[in-house]
Amino acid sequence: MLRFLLKRALGAVLTLFTVSVLTFGMFFALPRDPVSGMCPKNCDPQRLERVRQELGLRDPLVDQYANYLKGIVAGRDLGGAQGGRCDAPCLGWSYVNNEAVTDTLARVLPVTVSIVVPAAIGWLLLGVGLGMVSALRPGSWWDRAAIGFSLTGASVPLYVVGAVLLLVFVYTLRWLPVPAYTPLATDPLRWAGGLVLAWCSLAFLYSAIYARLFRAQLLETLSEDFVRTARAKGLSNTRVYGKHALRAAIAPVVTVAGLDVGAALGGTVITETTFGLPGLGRAAVDAVRAGDLPMIMATVLVAAVFVVLANLLVDLLYAAIDPRVRLG
Amino acid sequence: MTAGEPLLRVRGLTKHFPVRGGLLRAVDGLDFEVRAGETLGLVGESGCGKSTTARLLVRLLEPTGGRIEFAGQDISRAGRRALRPLRPQMQIIFQDPYASLNPRHTAGQIIAMPLQVNRITPPDGIRARVRELMELVGLDPEHDNRYPHEFSGGQRQRVGIARALATGPRLVVADEPVSALDVSVQAQVVNLLRRLQRELGLAFVLISHDLAVVRHFCQRIAVMYLGRIVEIGDRDDICRRPQHPYTRALLSAVPDVARRDRAGRVRLTGEVPSPLDPPSGCRFRTRCPSARERCAVQEPALIRRDGGNQATACHFPAGASA
Amino acid sequence: MDGTLRTGTGDPIPAGRTVGRSPGRLAWMRLRRDRTALVSAAVLVLFVLVALAAPLIEAAYGIGPHDQFQRRLDGFGMPLGHAGGVSGEHFFGLEPGLGRDIFIRLVYGLRTSFFVACTAAVLSTLIGAALGGLAGYLGGWLDAVVSWLTDLTLAMPFLIVALALTPTLALRFYGQRDEVPPSFGVGVLIAIFAVFGWTSTARLVRGQVIALREREFVAAARASGAGLGHLLVRQLLPNTWAPILVSFSFAVPQFVTGEAALSFIGVGLTEPTPSFGRMIYQSLDYLQTDPAFVLFPGGTLVALVFAFNLFGDALRDALDPRSAR
Repeated sequence: MLRFLLKRALGAVLTLFTVSVLTFGMFFALPRDPVSGMCPKNCDPQRLERVRQELGLRDPLVDQYANYLKGIVAGRDLGGAQGGRCDAPCLGWSYVNNEAVTDTLARVLPVTVSIVVPAAIGWLLLGVGLGMVSALRPGSWWDRAAIGFSLTGASVPLYVVGAVLLLVFVYTLRWLPVPAYTPLATDPLRWAGGLVLAWCSLAFLYSAIYARLFRAQLLETLSEDFVRTARAKGLSNTRVYGKHALRAAIAPVVTVAGLDVGAALGGTVITETTFGLPGLGRAAVDAVRAGDLPMIMATVLVAAVFVVLANLLVDLLYAAIDPRVRLG
Repeated sequence: MTAGEPLLRVRGLTKHFPVRGGLLRAVDGLDFEVRAGETLGLVGESGCGKSTTARLLVRLLEPTGGRIEFAGQDISRAGRRALRPLRPQMQIIFQDPYASLNPRHTAGQIIAMPLQVNRITPPDGIRARVRELMELVGLDPEHDNRYPHEFSGGQRQRVGIARALATGPRLVVADEPVSALDVSVQAQVVNLLRRLQRELGLAFVLISHDLAVVRHFCQRIAVMYLGRIVEIGDRDDICRRPQHPYTRALLSAVPDVARRDRAGRVRLTGEVPSPLDPPSGCRFRTRCPSARERCAVQEPALIRRDGGNQATACHFPAGASA
Repeated sequence: MDGTLRTGTGDPIPAGRTVGRSPGRLAWMRLRRDRTALVSAAVLVLFVLVALAAPLIEAAYGIGPHDQFQRRLDGFGMPLGHAGGVSGEHFFGLEPGLGRDIFIRLVYGLRTSFFVACTAAVLSTLIGAALGGLAGYLGGWLDAVVSWLTDLTLAMPFLIVALALTPTLALRFYGQRDEVPPSFGVGVLIAIFAVFGWTSTARLVRGQVIALREREFVAAARASGAGLGHLLVRQLLPNTWAPILVSFSFAVPQFVTGEAALSFIGVGLTEPTPSFGRMIYQSLDYLQTDPAFVLFPGGTLVALVFAFNLFGDALRDALDPRSAR
């Protein structure tokens, strides 16, 4: 078990390292000069030169990368214009926001988490519920309705759903305020009111996928021998479904859910753009638009960390449930 | 090649599979020869290494040790390139007529495959050769554009046989060619193989757990137990005067109306020991009715007695001690 | 039974020459019996025809995608008339602001979307099938490398990387002030989709190939001396085309929405090229004042993706391996 854990963790670190190298290479090595990309218009040459100096763009690329890594692991001193000392997980200084990148992250991450976590609970419950209803009565009207719902959900782009929700509930009916972020601790009601549309649109999209997945899994499980055996033993339907089939069918759903949540935490770009919420995805878009290189690097890395962590977590969960995984 | 030279010569052939918890000794030191046009039957219970042997002989697997010589050439370590000119001369027929035919190819494509892979163009073209082969194995040549799922099990096996014969091989290894078929069809396929063997003068290694099939088909028989040959010899010798207790047990398990019960039935008890951890000394001793102390200590060699063609690996063979 | 039975063969052989029914043919027959599949396929064919015939439609319609009709807008730039200026002349009304015809822009947007999505789907499927097939068949270190590449690709946040990479690449190949040709944007988009989209196909094909490689028909080909190319292309891949086809049919709508999503967040295709996503993005500003502008592009996109998904589902049912053999 320990060996398996170690192997997995090592793989995760290697993946993250490669992501950071790739991102670094992409944004620092590819273009002729990232700084001129940072401020496309109205930049005086002296300011450009100063930024180049402070970013260390005159150093060899490998040194730059080593410095960057060192900043993440041990912290480093940035120039005076960049706020001086930058502590341990130092991701650099954003000239656009005029603050350390980690400070920006600390501001935007709670927003994304507030969007994703409740939405994930919603889509899991809804998706599994719908999938179950349609799998238990395959071919019935329930089943058809659920399939129709999930196909629609899978077909309508998030921004269209968001736009329609906004139009109906905010602009026409005026039941909800214009989406905005209020910290949960400040005012739970306003927190929920400002995010509920984002939750709904995400839940609509994802629950559709989960309903399809879970329906297929459950139908397959129900046709397997051990379920037939359980039935033949005379177990009631409730017990057959509850005790045997559901448990076997839910495992793949958990896997996919883990990965989806990880990916969503890495930036619900479309949702945040549609509803104008200041989360990680929005910050990434802004960073790209403004050419804010340290911020772009940071958002890509944080997103990758979420995905890799989710992957690791799912692997561990699986290994805990199914000992065969550890051997393979 | 002179008449006395064997087509296939196997010396000390071993195949070990590294598995979790040790080394699986699937094949552990085989010695035998097959002359051109000769039929050798390899019998034994399931798990004794027969199928591994089949795959080793046509070099689908690389042996762990020992030598395989085909037509005087050592092929035990040969790579794909070195094997290329020999491949058309040695072919294999598989057990499962469902898994051994590509479901996406027509019968014609399947039979033509070895020709195309080896870039052989028969004098009248590939299509004519395929039709000829289909007729040879008793299939309607008009069915060459049918897919495997449209054939019965016996017909599929005929397609597999036709494929093996496509390149005109000198040696055919048949791995349980009939055991997946209905009993009523088995006899037909065995008879077909026998006819083909005679008409085409093929050397045959027939692998089966069914001694009745092997006895019907083969001139010589080798009996395998746990990765080793325990007895080998001419069919009549093996069947009439089995010396190894395992051979006797196998023979007495074959229902045979013609056989007069001479020595009574020998029943085997217990399970085949794991090839992960074979017994010391003689591998059969754990189930042998006449095992003694020496059997646990010393491994019996496969030796000929009384100058005949029959070799037995037993310290106390039936002919000698009883 | 005229002369079809040969002596010595007891297997019944039906008389007469019949054309073999390949597994693909059987799937096709199942598909033809499926009403949902027929309807969604018809809708898709219609979309494809519209996209292909865009210049013809333009000629018949009499309005080009870049023609502006400022006279039909009011003082605030909003189209005159009902539902965003829908009329016999402008089927879907006019864009607020520039006053371009929405219908013909949708027709051309469809063309762009199809081109980008289909090319990207073909590329990503090819990459995925090749990598998955090799990894599955050869196993060992190659398999480890491919699955690590898969993990890596999945760990890169697609939208952010695409967002960041597109202008960077443009900067790399064209100067700060150079005009970037539209074809470059299309090419970058396709490349990004292909690089990020191959993982699911690879995973699928790998699994299939692992299940198939121990089958005896593969051993038979190897025993005949077949090389890696023959084994993969002739023996293994023909048995995986069902899942490949299904994943292709799901990849196309995914890339259609992906293109729209990228245009939506401001990268992807730039202005002269008509694009679904950018139209929708622009329309969101007029959500209150001109909802019809949201409805037409959004509705068309949903109809297109819906048809694709329905067809993909039907295709999967028709090709279901459990009903095969």
